[in-house]
Amino acid sequence: MTSGQPLLSSSDSEPPKRIRSIGSFGCLCRDASLTSSNCDDNQTNVVEVNAEQSEEEQEGDLAPLESLFSRNPLKHPYPLAAKREVYSAELQSHQRFPLACPTLDQKRQVAWGSMELASCNITNSAPLGRSGAPYMVQDKSGKSQRVRHKSMQFEDNQLCEEDSRLIYINDPRRTNEKYEFTGNEIRTSKYTILTFLPKNLFIQFHRVAYLYFLAIAALNQLPPLAVFGRTVSLFPLLFVLSVTAVKDGYEDWRRHRSDRKENNREALVLQSGEFRPKRWKDIEAGEVVKIFADETIPCDMVLLGTSDSSGLAYIQTMNLDGESNLKTRYARQETASAEFEGFSVSGLIRCEQPNRNVYEFTANMEFDRQKFPLTQSNIILRGCQLKNTDWVIGVVVYAGQETKAMLNSATSPSKRSKLESYMNRETFWLSVFLFVMCFVVALGMGLWLVRHKEQLDTLPYYRKRYFTMGKDYKKTYKYYGIPMETFFSFLSSIIVFQIMIPISLYITMELVRLGQSYFMIGDKHMYDSASDSRFQCRSLNINEDLGQIRYIFSDKTGTLTENKMLFRRASVFGKDYGDYEHVGDLLQETNTAGGTVHRRKWKLKSEITVDSKLMKLLHKKSNEEERLAAHNFFLTLAACNTVIPIIHDDMEMIEYQGESPDEQALVSAASAYGYTLFERTSGHIVIDVNGEKLRLDVLGLHEFDSVRKRMSVVIRFPDDTVKVLVKGADSSMFSVITKDIESGDHLWHETQDHLTQYSLQGLRTLVVAARDLTALELEQWQCRYEDASTSLTERALKLRQTAALIESNLSLLGATAIEDKLQEGVPETIESLRQAGIKVWVLTGDKQETAISIGLSCKLLMTDMQHIVINGNSEAECRNLLADAKIKYGVDERNENLKQRSGAESNNQGLHYDTKSFEKPQWNSVKEEKLNAPLALVIDGNSLVYILEKDLESELFDLATACRVVLCCRVAPLQKAGIVDLVKSRTDDMTLAIGDGANDVSMIQMADVGVGICGQEGRQAVMAADFAMGQFRFLKRLLLVHGHWNYQRVAYLVLYNFYRNAVFVLMLFWYILCTAFSTTSALTDWSSMFYSIIYTSVPTIVVGILDKDLSHKTLLQYPKLYCAGHRHEAYNMRLFWITMVDTLWQSLVLFYVPVFTYRESSIDIWSLGSLWTIAVVVLVNIHLAMDIQRWVAITHAAVWGSIIITYACMVVLDSIPVFPNYWTIYHLVGSPKYWITILLIIVVALLPRFFLKVLGQIFWPSDIQIAREAEVLKWPGHVQPKGKQAST
Amino acid sequence: MKSPIYVYYQISNFYQNHRRYVKSRDDKQLWSPKNERSSSDCKPEDFTSNGQPIIPCGLIAWSMFNDTYKFSVKDKVLEVNKKGIAWKSDREHKFGSDVYPKNFQSGALIGGAKLNSSIPLSQQEDLIVWMRPAALPTFRKLYGKIEVDLEPNDNITVIIENNYNTYSFGGNKKLVLSTTSWMGGKNDFLGVAYLTIGGLCLFLAISFILVYVLKPRPLGDPSYLSWNRNAAGHLN
Repeated sequence: MTSGQPLLSSSDSEPPKRIRSIGSFGCLCRDASLTSSNCDDNQTNVVEVNAEQSEEEQEGDLAPLESLFSRNPLKHPYPLAAKREVYSAELQSHQRFPLACPTLDQKRQVAWGSMELASCNITNSAPLGRSGAPYMVQDKSGKSQRVRHKSMQFEDNQLCEEDSRLIYINDPRRTNEKYEFTGNEIRTSKYTILTFLPKNLFIQFHRVAYLYFLAIAALNQLPPLAVFGRTVSLFPLLFVLSVTAVKDGYEDWRRHRSDRKENNREALVLQSGEFRPKRWKDIEAGEVVKIFADETIPCDMVLLGTSDSSGLAYIQTMNLDGESNLKTRYARQETASAEFEGFSVSGLIRCEQPNRNVYEFTANMEFDRQKFPLTQSNIILRGCQLKNTDWVIGVVVYAGQETKAMLNSATSPSKRSKLESYMNRETFWLSVFLFVMCFVVALGMGLWLVRHKEQLDTLPYYRKRYFTMGKDYKKTYKYYGIPMETFFSFLSSIIVFQIMIPISLYITMELVRLGQSYFMIGDKHMYDSASDSRFQCRSLNINEDLGQIRYIFSDKTGTLTENKMLFRRASVFGKDYGDYEHVGDLLQETNTAGGTVHRRKWKLKSEITVDSKLMKLLHKKSNEEERLAAHNFFLTLAACNTVIPIIHDDMEMIEYQGESPDEQALVSAASAYGYTLFERTSGHIVIDVNGEKLRLDVLGLHEFDSVRKRMSVVIRFPDDTVKVLVKGADSSMFSVITKDIESGDHLWHETQDHLTQYSLQGLRTLVVAARDLTALELEQWQCRYEDASTSLTERALKLRQTAALIESNLSLLGATAIEDKLQEGVPETIESLRQAGIKVWVLTGDKQETAISIGLSCKLLMTDMQHIVINGNSEAECRNLLADAKIKYGVDERNENLKQRSGAESNNQGLHYDTKSFEKPQWNSVKEEKLNAPLALVIDGNSLVYILEKDLESELFDLATACRVVLCCRVAPLQKAGIVDLVKSRTDDMTLAIGDGANDVSMIQMADVGVGICGQEGRQAVMAADFAMGQFRFLKRLLLVHGHWNYQRVAYLVLYNFYRNAVFVLMLFWYILCTAFSTTSALTDWSSMFYSIIYTSVPTIVVGILDKDLSHKTLLQYPKLYCAGHRHEAYNMRLFWITMVDTLWQSLVLFYVPVFTYRESSIDIWSLGSLWTIAVVVLVNIHLAMDIQRWVAITHAAVWGSIIITYACMVVLDSIPVFPNYWTIYHLVGSPKYWITILLIIVVALLPRFFLKVLGQIFWPSDIQIAREAEVLKWPGHVQPKGKQAST
Repeated sequence: MKSPIYVYYQISNFYQNHRRYVKSRDDKQLWSPKNERSSSDCKPEDFTSNGQPIIPCGLIAWSMFNDTYKFSVKDKVLEVNKKGIAWKSDREHKFGSDVYPKNFQSGALIGGAKLNSSIPLSQQEDLIVWMRPAALPTFRKLYGKIEVDLEPNDNITVIIENNYNTYSFGGNKKLVLSTTSWMGGKNDFLGVAYLTIGGLCLFLAISFILVYVLKPRPLGDPSYLSWNRNAAGHLN
């Protein structure tokens, strides 16, 4: 009787009711299942057939009803019998070809392989990235691709029947014999002891830099090329490799340790009839696991039963998405009451293949010959914790690496910074220099050899032949003929000049960015105490891009606003309530009267001010229409949602937890008006209506989706009337509301007026409606609903179609207005960003009025701005609107300018220096044309559909870039990405996208820099972002202060590194010209190798991390200083060439001063080399010291310390008797000539640079220079730079 | 000329800094008799035809300078002290006192001087001097010291034994007698350079001062910021 029991007792649960409502056949069917429950297993087949028949008959019964649906031309779901055939065929095919495995492997590869691929996206669940991968490729792609995305986006998460995964409940053996499901053992570690060395090396050599090192070192091993000693030449490579290997090894060891800990945890698993502890790593798919309160869930499981009789369980998904609120999960009624211990349960779950989407789960379950759907609310995921529930029992569906938590652990995409791509361009020039130098040396060598051809045999310093008697007599040694010698000399000069290509720069930059992000993370001004979230750097590649942002694309809700919703106003039955100007007076009255009028039993966490007029209306005992509407209105607010009430008994407090802050606000509001949502299970809800408990059966729930933009719930009242309660966005609601009644027409207009009013105040609006369902309608709907929700394919679509059945002819009840408060400091931030020359575009899903009013309140839109509104409903309309606007505001001319500019910029990025000149004429042209006011463009999602998909993109771009502000409302997530792409693909300007929700992920990944806000909407945005922070206002500091600093630092770092290496290489080059082109280096091998690794590397890193050109106060005070980044002031071609000319001069001085000083003297090669080593190290360090803006102790230590370390190394190297350079340094330091020479080198080398610097500062001071002077001299009116020291 | 007077020989166009040459030595072999077997760096002067190691091996030692000079003033022979011409550190630590020349200059082609195989390397100071290769193709090396003062207008007679073959590479030989100051040997370059650069710096300093006095820019004045200047320009 075990399986029969639920059928009998749960008369209110859905499936039996379906049967009942079907009519006579349904009864038959129920009998059949009742009998079956008495049968033994071997009889099941018969019953199975029986059931099948009855189902077929049901189908037959349904057929006549089809005509009723004809209003909505829907495809009828295919007959169940046919479906079953598909299943069995399916099964066979799986047996023959294990289809699941290849796809799995493939996916794993994607996850492991490379970051670039993993970049696709986190939101997307399609196993092979159906819509994910093309996303990134989209860049400059045609529109066709984007069109495809749009059509795909909703069907993405649907389960393909072919791909379903079969889980036999409590039968892990059978479950696992067909496919190779992974066990529950997880491995986040990359290496084992055996594979560490090869694998780590393999991964490391993926970098071009290391390959370059390797190639040079390998070249050096060839006998004719051995420029440096064999071991010496390997040193840089080994150094870098071993440092990285140690770091990787340590990290992996830690991962191993945590894996082991995780794998050896224990959970209770049903084994031969009873729950026995089993280690996590041994758990398999199909097993039944029991978990107690506060335990962590070991794998992804479908809930079978919980300690709660209604099958309710609470989980915390903190580890998964960072949301700390409790979420409810349900066991299906059918399984909730089944006994597991001591009985052998069986059942079958068909579910989709493992994917990364934590917010979707599509499956169905066959249990006790019933088939029912499973959704997201029936699954608990690995990593979550069980809360407020004594125990749950679940069956494992995904284990180990296939769990959603593990699939989601990929890192965010890696991006390359703009500066780095410029740097690569300059690196190309450096390679040209390198090639030229090597060519000169090789040519010189060749000519020299030809000239001395006759003498080579006996030349004392060349002597290519043996003259020793014996077998070697007259043989040549180390001589391969002139052409080969020339070629070898080319190769060996590459070895000598190898550091001309500043490979170490890449490693230096990584370290520098690491240090920069350490300080960014530690910045207490970017710490959000409210959410206890610090700034996060999730990507370490693009710190300096923050200093060059020109466009910011911002989400509105949760980014500009707090996403903490407050119920503000309501329009009930055409009357507006909640106007605070009136309420203010009435408030006291309410408070005094409140005690008598209603007993408020439940305290709420948030206080809501109640409009007494509305309260009074509700407490009228009359049955007039208005009162009923108000009653239904609040009933809808309380019932039509997915909020979970959590009752704290001790405090008589009720707390609402839900995934949507809007719903929480509405439920709280309903509660304040006496309609307290009290209990919610999957089958029913209990609402406390002014003390009376009202139990409502929930027959079905159509959740909110972005197509319908509404949510509905079907409720059976105790008096057996059935109502559908709907709430939704106004645009989608008015089309399904009847307005043929006389009074309804009035109501309709009133409500719409109110809605407009609310939107103008910046409130978020929802329309509430309801209607009674007739028995016939209910029946129809129930059949379709049942079918749709058990469907494995296109469930969302079918549900949508089902919802359309009942969401029609609704009667309007009213509308709500919720306030979403602006975050602190948003207007100031936007103002500063605008001053800094950054264009802020707001992309929001809200409607136009709301968007505009929010735009006004955050000072994005100014009252003096000219608004251009593009609101087209067809392509032609949009085209006209765009063209009109362009003509009216004279954008075309500006557009020409813009094109010229972008052309000029792409030609000679750096040399084109004067941004001011192109900024101004454009504005002038606009001004001269017609208007004095800046422009603001408002465009809605509908128009964007036409514009982005058609060839109007460039039109929009021209118009949008002419505007100061662009506001896009009603945009879909993919459109957000489309808009970012619009700008990104058309300009060289940097874009930044900031958002907080899953809908911003696409935009965040598309933009050059993605910023996530750790808000109320979970962590999806944060996971996809490069940077994450707690508040929008931190953006100001992030860009104006840190962005500026990082840009200046990294730009200088790159130029300095070019200089540092080039000056050294050039010095070697000049010397080689004095050695008969024989690639001799006067410096010892060790010094040559140490130069860029030890002697000069630390100061650059320290300066790259710590140098600050201006204090943060100054930067915040003058946001326009940020424009330096836009103008590429710190790094451009011009600066590169200036640096190179300077380098040339310095290297000549470095070489010739000692040569002239020691001309015709007895100086030996190592003494001169030693002098050069010291001179070049001192020179580059003093060069750096000249440019350091902010000296702190550690900078001093690094700069002077590295000179001291150089000396120390020289002393050590010169103290080893078997080195030819033995004791050189001791001789040198005793000679005054040595010191005087070094001094002369430094002064002469740096004189031109110093002179030009002073000249520039006197006559052409940059903004940064002036601001710095003001800072240092405490110019009146300027902030006192006291905080300068403290600001670290 | 006050004593000590240093006697140098100067050779030009001799690329002692050529890579083949600089590397052609074995410092371990010079250091200790244990490392007698010369390394392959020394080719072609590493082993004799019958496989005996050459000490000191390599091209540098093989090509050692072997001219000799005899000085006399007014028929009085000037003693040239050849002790202490090499670095003390080289004599004491680098060149072994128990390493003796072996099989040196025994090949078919004689490159230069021969060594007395009964004197340890640490006392072969000419060799030690020669083994520090010069940095530049024209170089001087210390031949010895004359430890008597020379008077002005003294006529010094030098008898040169011209053994060293510089014709093969087209080089010149010079003999240089020089004293040293605290600055080392005579070289005008540093003095001239310092005066020039000093003068230039002085000039720059004065002109900067003049600029500061005549056309001062108020430091840190926000009105000079580009956007402020633009705004001002816009008004005009």
